[in-house]
Amino acid sequence: MKTNGGKALMKSLEAQGVEIVFGLPGGAILPAYDPLIDSSIRHVLVRHEQGAGHMAEGYAHATGLPGVAIVTSGPAATNMVTPLADAMLDSVPLVCITGQVASGAIGSDAFQECDTTGITMAVTKHNFLVAEASEIPQVIHDAFHIATTGRPGPVLVDIPKDLVDANNPVSHFDDYEPSGHDLPGYSPIQKPDHASVLEAAELIFQSDRPIIYSGGGILKARAAEQLRELAELLDIHVVTTLMNRGGFPDDHPLALGMPGMHGNYTAVTAIQESDLLITLGARFDDRVTGKVDEFAPNAKVIHADIDPAEFNKVRSANVSIQGDVGQTITELIKALKQLSETKDHPDRSAWKSQISGWKERFPLVYDDWQQGEGLKPQYVIEQLRDNTPDDTIVASGVGQHQMWASQFWKFNHPYTWINSGGLGTMGFAVPAAIGAKAGKPDRMVWAIDGDGCFQMTNQELVTARLENFPVKIAVLNNGYLGMVRQWQELFYDERYSEVHLQPDLPDYKKLAEAMGCVGIRVESPEEVKPAIDQANEINDRPVVIDFRTEASENVYPMVPAGKSNSDVIVHPSQGND
Amino acid sequence: MAEQFHTLVVRVENKPGVLARVSGLFARRGFNIQSLAVAPTDNELFSRLTIVVDAESAPMEQIVKQLDKLINVVRIQELSPNDSVSRELILATVNLSEGTEDNIMREIESFDANVLSVGDKKIMVSLSGHPDVINEFETVLEKYGIVEVQRTGIVALATIAQ
Ligand SMILES: Cc1ncc(C[n+]2csc(CCOP(=O)(O)OP(=O)(O)O)c2C)c(N)n1
Ligand SMILES: [Mg+2]
Repeated sequence: MKTNGGKALMKSLEAQGVEIVFGLPGGAILPAYDPLIDSSIRHVLVRHEQGAGHMAEGYAHATGLPGVAIVTSGPAATNMVTPLADAMLDSVPLVCITGQVASGAIGSDAFQECDTTGITMAVTKHNFLVAEASEIPQVIHDAFHIATTGRPGPVLVDIPKDLVDANNPVSHFDDYEPSGHDLPGYSPIQKPDHASVLEAAELIFQSDRPIIYSGGGILKARAAEQLRELAELLDIHVVTTLMNRGGFPDDHPLALGMPGMHGNYTAVTAIQESDLLITLGARFDDRVTGKVDEFAPNAKVIHADIDPAEFNKVRSANVSIQGDVGQTITELIKALKQLSETKDHPDRSAWKSQISGWKERFPLVYDDWQQGEGLKPQYVIEQLRDNTPDDTIVASGVGQHQMWASQFWKFNHPYTWINSGGLGTMGFAVPAAIGAKAGKPDRMVWAIDGDGCFQMTNQELVTARLENFPVKIAVLNNGYLGMVRQWQELFYDERYSEVHLQPDLPDYKKLAEAMGCVGIRVESPEEVKPAIDQANEINDRPVVIDFRTEASENVYPMVPAGKSNSDVIVHPSQGND
Repeated sequence: MAEQFHTLVVRVENKPGVLARVSGLFARRGFNIQSLAVAPTDNELFSRLTIVVDAESAPMEQIVKQLDKLINVVRIQELSPNDSVSRELILATVNLSEGTEDNIMREIESFDANVLSVGDKKIMVSLSGHPDVINEFETVLEKYGIVEVQRTGIVALATIAQ
């Protein structure tokens, strides 16, 4: 049967099970938007292509399915660079279709031409420039395969306009079903090596002070259950990195929460004092390690990851195990059970009581609110946490509010925390929350955003209103690029350089209303809960709450950049020696 | 060749942009390339790169593993100097004068190099051989004044196991 590139593109996406795409049309992708009308796929029309990319990411984070974005050539493709880079660093499965100028015009500086595959080479797991219309079914098939297998990541498919244009004979070809993949250089290893697993099990039996250092790979591998089983079997504490919040329940007695630059004292110190890091789907990011040379100086390292390039990249491993981290944990549990028939674990009671001592002495704290101050942002987050369902999905921006959200929310379920970890993309929260709501319409979705971040992508609330994604946005409005302000306060002698925003401009309440949302302003602590309750009741449109928070508040604990984790600065009330 | 240089033989899919992917990876991760040679293989679907990398710039393990992540990279062989042969070709045009002509011709002969083209004041020679020999030859030619020189970069193959 004859088909054409445009039709085939839609059919190929449908064949992948795609139900929703996020995008915005333009000249080069125009012919592909015509068969979209007849497709079963829902298209969400965004207000800026960056929004489409982050929505696709939010959708992927929340559902585990690949997110899909479709945009035109040139400026639309360049607007997509940030979400691609974001997805690359956080291993988010994403497929992005970009229009390209017609085949014959490529290389001529045609209108809205840019070298999309060249520009995005460094920020995609792989990209394709389609050369012939008949390649489209196979390339789409391959793109989804690459995006979702191995270490997930973004894949871009650039398609010249003529190849999807039904009126152009070059778009015509005999339809076919792609079968298999001709990717001789791509065969990700899933199954862990048995000998390495045994070796890891032996190391665990020898360890007096082990800790499980779990990262985003746990969520990507859908291995939260296995992680819990391992922790309980061994009775070993678990730290969850920023990318794995929710991957181990915060209300579990073995949970230590987030490590790293703004991690809590116990998580940071338990890693630091450990003699064995059981590293599962984590990559020793500099925000976790602090000064690498002084990171967990006495620890041996077990490193399990799907991506072997992570082994020995930052920290050398005593045992590295390549493979799906879920399968690895399952195998490890088997090996540990077997070994336990002939061996005993060392007595770890001293280590455990040391950990509980830290927990008791250094909980996350903040000063009480004083009359005349702005709201305590931590209090706002606690109120949000306590007055929303346990499985609420939280998306966040990047800055102080992100760290407080990660610290003070209690994540008891996987896939409830969606944030930009690796790239640290301001503006991520609003579109990511919308994407999450698109994927999980029955769940409550809150974004915890900063005033700076909100101003970067809030226009997508128009999309949310029109497409009926009733997300709720808590803007922690401190009138500052707060995280940068904090660094200037602490490391630049309080010389504030270009960090003051203006809490009253824009008028967030009116701005929300102008975009068809409900806008609420909250200035005093007693208004916090009622406002949250009110927002929770609203389900026919998005809600924005402008929480006027205290500008001078700092995030603690803190490990200054480049310093050792042993130099962690705790909240002033807990004393630093 | 100094020891920090390692030779990688990389089989890649013969797809547009594959060289840009490889060189882009080296550039953005700060891996230094000493030389890079590209050639077709007996199978038109694949090309073969011989990359000499500076292992001082990054650990070889990282270089190989990052390279392997490129979808179009099919196979990477790390050749150790003991188990491989490497060759390079040099083309050079050198100044010629009455006083030096005899000496140059003797040097060319002693290296077993070929004369490709001769003029009144210039001579063009070529030599293929082990990169160390090529280095030596180039140093010799420099004495007479090199007008133009082009080296191919190293190509290498594993020696046949006995
Ligand atoms: C796109 C982008 N630009 C700049 C930065 C650097 N940056 C990190 S946090 C931050 C401040 C964010 O301000 P806001 O959204 O108000 O959050 P707050 O820290 O005040 O909670 C800035 C500018 C960034 N991460 N992303
Ligand atoms: Mg702010």
